[in-house]
Amino acid sequence: MNGKTQWESELVAKALAKSPERRSSFETTSGIPVERLYTPEDYTGSYEDQLGYPGQYPFTRGIQPTMYRGRFWTMRQYAGFATAEESNKRYRYLLDQGQTGLSIAFDLPTQIGYDSDDPMAHGEVGKVGVAIDSLADMEILFQGIPLDKVSSSMTINAPAAVLLAFYIAAAEKQGVPASALKGTIQNDILKEYAARGTYIFPPAPSMRLITNIFEFCSQNVPKWNTISISGYHIREAGSTAAQEIAFTLADGIAYVEAALEAGMDVDDFAGRLSFFFNAHNNLLEEVAKYRAARRLWAKIMKERFHAKKDRSMMLRFHTQTGGSTLTAQQPDNNIVRVAIQTLAAVLGGTQSLHTNSRDEALALPTEDSVRIALRTQQIVAYESGVADTIDPLAGSYYVERMTDELQAAAEEYIAKIDEMGGAVKAVEQGYIQREIAESSYQYQRQVESGDQIVVGVNKFTIEEPPVKGLMHIDASVAENQIKKLQAMKAGRDNVLVRQRLDALRTAAEGDSNLMPLILDCARVYCTEGEICGELRKVFGEYRPMEVL
Amino acid sequence: MSEKKIRVLIAKPGLDGHDRGAKVVARALRDAGFEVIYTGLRQTPEQIVEAAVSEDVDAVGLSLLSGAHNYLFPRVIELLREQDANGILVFGGGVIPEEDIPGLKQAGVAEVFTPGTPTSETVDFLRAHCGGGE
Repeated sequence: MNGKTQWESELVAKALAKSPERRSSFETTSGIPVERLYTPEDYTGSYEDQLGYPGQYPFTRGIQPTMYRGRFWTMRQYAGFATAEESNKRYRYLLDQGQTGLSIAFDLPTQIGYDSDDPMAHGEVGKVGVAIDSLADMEILFQGIPLDKVSSSMTINAPAAVLLAFYIAAAEKQGVPASALKGTIQNDILKEYAARGTYIFPPAPSMRLITNIFEFCSQNVPKWNTISISGYHIREAGSTAAQEIAFTLADGIAYVEAALEAGMDVDDFAGRLSFFFNAHNNLLEEVAKYRAARRLWAKIMKERFHAKKDRSMMLRFHTQTGGSTLTAQQPDNNIVRVAIQTLAAVLGGTQSLHTNSRDEALALPTEDSVRIALRTQQIVAYESGVADTIDPLAGSYYVERMTDELQAAAEEYIAKIDEMGGAVKAVEQGYIQREIAESSYQYQRQVESGDQIVVGVNKFTIEEPPVKGLMHIDASVAENQIKKLQAMKAGRDNVLVRQRLDALRTAAEGDSNLMPLILDCARVYCTEGEICGELRKVFGEYRPMEVL
Repeated sequence: MSEKKIRVLIAKPGLDGHDRGAKVVARALRDAGFEVIYTGLRQTPEQIVEAAVSEDVDAVGLSLLSGAHNYLFPRVIELLREQDANGILVFGGGVIPEEDIPGLKQAGVAEVFTPGTPTSETVDFLRAHCGGGE
């Protein structure tokens, strides 16, 4: 009898006879069983092969040789609301408060390729982000912010090519060449179909636009992250941690395949792929998730796609704390949740982080709330000590075992998706949507049955007055934006605008790279709605299959 | 004696893509014995009202997290009235600040269910207000 068996049959049995455990079995959000105790028997992998060293394949322990001892992660708060003028003020405030990168939130009409005066935009202008209709708005958005110094991440997907073109054109106006620009466009259409909803075009032309961007940037904007393959929204929509890794990496595989089919060499673009994950409350499962994702992506790039450069195999990722974990009840409790999630992201080796604000289950955050969220990152960075050594949880029997289990669970899903013909097919068939909806419904049932406790929601509740002083976007924002748009249109060279739009439409009918033509449109102040409108004429619009 | 099932349209007005809540409510209502139709994303108020009338539903549930509720919810009610379909009960859910709820109720929204509401509460509310079994 070994030590553990003896311990179980003697000490544990005696304790259980006296009082049972809190529940008959424990499991993570991904349904992975959690044992009472993990010991060296639970981790049998080879250290050199499975863990290795930071900055080396398979990157389990991190992608850089010194990690946060060299430099902390980029603290990057997602922000944007109302008009370009208002958002510009918020960005300057955040930079003054010690934030180290920008992250632009666009309103829904901008994300779906409608100008602010489009009937579809009614009620939505400036609500969940900033309204950007043309280069004119982009110039205002970055007024006084040197684009050769700051890196900008833009949450833009279906019209990513258009907003990137506005950004490049705005930089040209500042005298900054495209080759100096640093930043990221989300540009991940597959998760829009599966989980986030801001699609425009059907899959085939959408994948073309994405590979056009890969190709254009590899030649002209070499420091730009051309895509941020996102598990964040998949998790927000209700997936488990294992599904988050699996569906994200399956999407990544689809993008790599599309670029290879377009004739690119894997090592020419793979180093600019980046990822975006969620951080939820199950601290150790989350840490294991990032480590498993890193190791699995490295393996996929090496074994499936035969990448040669180390950089092509590195999973670099941004993290945002989990919006769906925030509660509208007792909102100050969210500060604590965000702190736990921040620890998860940092212990998991994130490259950049957005921390949510306590009031986001109620409205867009106020400036005070955003400051607390940023301070949470700064406290973890400067006071907690967890950033002073690399991957400090490695070697924990539990964390290593969980890393292995999550990787295995993700590989199983990816094999299933491969069998269906890849992520595009899996989305078209509604498989990924169904899997997410099922997990989300199961979670809701657990909360309602009390099996899953959410503090302040189904336990420890109090009567509380409505929260005061929430952020409010006035209807005048839309009116002003529409006036500005119309004045801009009256003042530009409309003959030139028409010519450039016609040239774009003609090119879209063929198979050339559309990025240079979109940039030409941007430079003469074609609006986003006009550019997307031409593409809609050629590509049509995506009609989703509804899955309940 | 078989009771007539309550028919509910769950709709996503406007451009918001967050459909986790809408789908969870739709499934919970179905599991509770309602007949549920889900519109999918990005529906104009006109499309929602057309679906509600042609499907002859008892209630329409509007889910929105983008902040456009103060325009879109009342607009749906206005169009229902134009169609003489005021009998259809309209309820809502999503990220809706407390201070907006009185205005929405004034416009004719029967109830607003904010984050954290158990689906059983929505089920009970519809059973009480849709005259199931009439």
